[in-house]
Amino acid sequence: MKFFDLFIKYFPSYMSAMKITLWVTAASLLIATLIGVVFAIFKISKFRILKSIANVYISIIRGTPLIVQILFIYFGFPMVFGFKWDWMVASVVIMSINAGAYMTELIRGGIEAVDKGQMEAARSLGLSYGQAMIKIILPQAFRIMLPSMINQFIVTLKDTSLLSVIAVRELVQNTKIIVANNMEAFIMYAMVGIYYWVVVSVLSSIAKMIERRTSYGK
Amino acid sequence: MANNKIVVKNLIKSFGKLEVLKDISTEIAEGEVVVIIGPSGSGKSTFLRCLNRLEEINGGTIIVDGYNLTDKKADINKIRRNIGMVFQHFNLFPHKTAKENIMLAPLTLKTMSKQEAEKKADELLRQVGLSDKADAYPAQLSGGQKQRVAIARSLAMNPDIMLFDEPTSALDPEMVGEVLSVMKDLVKTGMTMVVVTHEIGFAREVGDRILFMDGGYIVEEGTPDKLLNNPCEPRTIDFLAKVL
Repeated sequence: MKFFDLFIKYFPSYMSAMKITLWVTAASLLIATLIGVVFAIFKISKFRILKSIANVYISIIRGTPLIVQILFIYFGFPMVFGFKWDWMVASVVIMSINAGAYMTELIRGGIEAVDKGQMEAARSLGLSYGQAMIKIILPQAFRIMLPSMINQFIVTLKDTSLLSVIAVRELVQNTKIIVANNMEAFIMYAMVGIYYWVVVSVLSSIAKMIERRTSYGK
Repeated sequence: MANNKIVVKNLIKSFGKLEVLKDISTEIAEGEVVVIIGPSGSGKSTFLRCLNRLEEINGGTIIVDGYNLTDKKADINKIRRNIGMVFQHFNLFPHKTAKENIMLAPLTLKTMSKQEAEKKADELLRQVGLSDKADAYPAQLSGGQKQRVAIARSLAMNPDIMLFDEPTSALDPEMVGEVLSVMKDLVKTGMTMVVVTHEIGFAREVGDRILFMDGGYIVEEGTPDKLLNNPCEPRTIDFLAKVL
């Protein structure tokens, strides 16, 4: 069977492309989470300036297509600031900034979903705002957010395919190169679709498992 | 009086345009048990929450343990260690076991070693009669048990003032007794306590003084015997007629 032969033939090349896709996704999501925590705290703070900074950031990212962000940062920044991007660094930076905006909203929602009595109880014991956030509020917020965070992981994973426009050899770019050689567009694009589908399915079931494990006796 | 734990002078608190506390002044002595009663919306919970600055006040001064809470430079986190607070809805940390809830503050604030904190937690759980629930998560406890753990948690920092904000109001009737009995034990240890409650019986039994609040003022105060049996203000008489 042709599909199977091609699958075997290109398996090694897909594994290295998969490695890039997963690496970029995982690194970006990690950084995006940190960005998200900081900006979410900006958003709920009582300081107007911090709130505005967060709002402008989110509005720019949400209001422009990812592909424009990729082209702007990858080609635009070096022109003005006079440096050359390492493609891996560029990929992670771009995806982090993009996912960071969405994570900010997720994390803000998570923090606000935690009962406000939790903060009061923690503060009344003498914990500072930061200690209460880290020990009490964020762990509960992440628990609430877990399903939407996994969802964001899936979205970012699929979004990395757009990095093919700057020739990062992730799954889609890898497929484009292969198709240019063997002309098997039908089979190869079906194959890359299946690769994505499998990874996403695995992630979804891991998400469900984690959710069950962290239910604290409920 | 030299041994005043809490001194409140001309306290004013508003939420937006709504003034909920209008010129409150009172003094609470060391070891005194003060019970605050009054209709809902009278400002009694807000008053209690001002005492550890969970609410920022708009005027007046509050001095706790000699520290001026209204002073912007006051280290509120340090002052709060000395003031335990128990909430109507318990506010236990759901992602921690009963014992972890109790150990959290001493460990986070590094006032005890891990061993000391564990010892203290075991001791407190015994005190509130829940030694067998050390490893239970809040979701596995009944309302009364949750509130007893919450009391133990607020005692972990060895406070010498305890604030209770309607501690039995969210409980099923059959669980009120177990919480009140833990509180009565606490009274015997000489703890300074300020209790907002609807439990008139508790107020009568253990209160040194009762404050009756209405409309943002302390309308009347006195010993339980005087305030409950011989109130002078019409509003107090009216309120007591409804609840007794």
